[in-house]
Amino acid sequence: MTNIERFQNPGLPEHVHRKADTDPKAAKRAEQQVAALFLLSALGTVGTIAAYIFIKSDVYVFIPILGSTNVQQMSLGIGLTVATLCIGLGAIQWAKKLMPDTEVIQERHELRSEDQDRADFVETFKERGGEAGIGRRPLIKRTLGLALGVVGLSPLVLLRDLGPMPKKFLETTSWSAGTRLVSDPGGAYFKPSDLEVGAVAQVLPELAKGDERTLENIGKDAVLLIRLRPEDFNLDAERLSWTYNGIIAFSKICSHMGCAVALYEQQTHHLLCPCHQSTFDVTRAAKVIFGPAARPLPQLAITVDSEGYLVAKQGFNVPVGPSYWERNSSNG
Amino acid sequence: MKKSERALGSVANYVDERTGAAKWLKKNLTKVFPDHWSFMLGEICLYSFVILLLSGTFLTFWFDPSQRDVVYNGAYAPLSGVSMSSAYASTLHISFDVRGGLLMRQIHHWAALIFMAAIVAHLFRVFFTGAFRKPREFNWIIGVGLLTFGIVEGFLGYSLPDDLLSGTGIRIAEAIIQALPVVGSYLAFFAFGGPFPGTAFIPRIYTVHVLLLPGLFLALITVHLMLVWYQKHTQFPGPGRTEKNVVGYPLMPVYMAKAGGFFFIVFGVTAFLGAVASINPIWLYGPYTPGQISAGSQPDWYMGWLDGLVRMAPPLETHAFGHTISWNILLPGLILPGILFTGMALYPFIESWVTGDKREHHLLDRPRNAPNRTALGAMSISFMIISLVNGGNDIIATHFHLTINGIMWFTRIGLFTVPPIVFIITKRICLSLQRADRDLVLHGKETGRLVMLPSGEMIEVHEQLTDEQKWTLTQHQQPDALPAPLPESATRGLKGKLRKRMNQAHATQIPAPTLSDLKELDHH
Repeated sequence: MTNIERFQNPGLPEHVHRKADTDPKAAKRAEQQVAALFLLSALGTVGTIAAYIFIKSDVYVFIPILGSTNVQQMSLGIGLTVATLCIGLGAIQWAKKLMPDTEVIQERHELRSEDQDRADFVETFKERGGEAGIGRRPLIKRTLGLALGVVGLSPLVLLRDLGPMPKKFLETTSWSAGTRLVSDPGGAYFKPSDLEVGAVAQVLPELAKGDERTLENIGKDAVLLIRLRPEDFNLDAERLSWTYNGIIAFSKICSHMGCAVALYEQQTHHLLCPCHQSTFDVTRAAKVIFGPAARPLPQLAITVDSEGYLVAKQGFNVPVGPSYWERNSSNG
Repeated sequence: MKKSERALGSVANYVDERTGAAKWLKKNLTKVFPDHWSFMLGEICLYSFVILLLSGTFLTFWFDPSQRDVVYNGAYAPLSGVSMSSAYASTLHISFDVRGGLLMRQIHHWAALIFMAAIVAHLFRVFFTGAFRKPREFNWIIGVGLLTFGIVEGFLGYSLPDDLLSGTGIRIAEAIIQALPVVGSYLAFFAFGGPFPGTAFIPRIYTVHVLLLPGLFLALITVHLMLVWYQKHTQFPGPGRTEKNVVGYPLMPVYMAKAGGFFFIVFGVTAFLGAVASINPIWLYGPYTPGQISAGSQPDWYMGWLDGLVRMAPPLETHAFGHTISWNILLPGLILPGILFTGMALYPFIESWVTGDKREHHLLDRPRNAPNRTALGAMSISFMIISLVNGGNDIIATHFHLTINGIMWFTRIGLFTVPPIVFIITKRICLSLQRADRDLVLHGKETGRLVMLPSGEMIEVHEQLTDEQKWTLTQHQQPDALPAPLPESATRGLKGKLRKRMNQAHATQIPAPTLSDLKELDHH
């Protein structure tokens, strides 16, 4: 089929005049609309300045849906809205109603340079390049390549002092044998009787005198205490010996990405991390039962000291928190 | 000559004698821009960027990017006497003690959300209309760059206040860095100046947020716009429009008034949102401490898909030879997004390789006329939406009384099953729409007017389309008009077979009706 007739481009349709093009009254009306919008904008600015000066900054009103709202902030915002929106609406009304709306045709030109220009460019480039003689002087070419290749190393090296080496920091916590558990917030010692069955508490290790608690340490030391009925546990003998009278302690720092594992479901004995919903079964030593976490929360062995306060039996046996390359995860 | 005209003339003369600007302006003031509502999307990006610069500058006058410990004693009573970082305290100060401070914070945050939303909408427009084709591939790549940097910039922005929610976000970012094989813990310690959270991170990301990335944005946006200017804007097909012309309105005065006016409208809408719609009420969250968290922790929407992917990742870690590799972090947090964004950046080249089309394109495709591309786009969007749904699984679960586990499994399975289904359905819809177009051109519009012929037969009167409408519906390139059915040599080997297969899929089309078809039909 060689002679298929296709539809032809009929060209730009004839321009249809708007009302304001032909009717002076309509044009006048459009002009007034535009002017009114610009005037409204100026009023908006005046209102904004007035709100800044005359409205006290601590007045709140309750607005349905929005809730308790600061009157001054809101008035400033509404004033600014009117001031800017009306300039925009005015300008667009002006363009649409009064400025010429005849479509204009312009030609496009191919972006590609003319063959002659391309040839001239190649010639110029070769000629200039030849003057530098980079092709004839391989020694310069190679040493320049070397210099440019390594020059970026110095800024990289200069960045080295951004921070210290991790050393053993990620593997250690402040917990060790005999460290007392203190409540957070509060800092009070804990007796087993302070925690009822089904209750949860966040604790931190007691600090040696003169030591200050830092966020860096909280990020590794935070521990959750949960008290269950002892018969609810489903633990091996060693892990059971790490609990005390139904109280079990886990690192609160998620083994996935380090968020605080804060949601405890009393009925199911599940701990849930609000960040990515990794779910841990408290009765089975915080085994992962759902979500992206790949390791259980490290368990802290606890007991009581001679005065009857809860203490750590030993430090954590594995690093707490999210994984990293050097972490030896062969035993959890 | 009036006095004002003379004054203006002498200023113009002064400038022109020193710059020669008149020649350039003479030509460019009459430059024509095609008009279509979807061309505004890119403008929204630009204008919200300007709003971000203005409101952000305002915020820097009071914000103190420091993690130094201070005791708060400002106007917000519930946190009075609480120890917190200076960054958080100064954000509270901006929100409660600086007149208009809260408004500016909210305008800044809303503008950021609009900026990202407009970038994504603009990306959709450019993708589905094929505006990325030759000669505009560079601009597509710059656009993908702007999107990527925008995500980073937004994340750094909402991390600055150092509240409990944003601190949790930083904790997750730290875990991603730490998960990198071999260098992870070192990079994390370098980035944070020591162990997490330290006191160095917020001052550092502040410099990146207010200097480094905005500078990069300015440079990329400038090149992006210069290329649009130089290559001239694409236009939708229609009567009078060809590959060789631009039909639209001149820069001065119409386009200037419309674009300039539109800036103020975007500003007005953002200011309105900032005035009435509370966003990121950081005073409710409290200062950051690693031992606490608030339920329903959510990132901003443009990070939501990433968070959703991390949430649905399988619990996979490799433990061997005393080392740990966290696939549950690397796979959804780095590898998958890396593949997605690289694929997106390379798409123009992939499509041109598949079709063998090396010509310039200035007329846009109607999405239905490129069924394969449209289906690919819809497929990608469905992938993102499913990830995003899982990023909000906790919120969805509480609002609709569903279980988180249920949503998680739904999205885990849906991530692999829904996109292919969406691809097939979208492609079918596109082809059906092409058929409908063909029908419309050949048989005209149904008028709903029933006429009884003398013979007693009832017919519905069809109204022929105008020549303009017929042209718009039939002007598109047909696959048989593609420059080359792939040469035999290009379809050999595995790569060649893949190319051939994709080429065929890409060329599936309903033949556009021609005048000959119409004549033949009239004949009967």
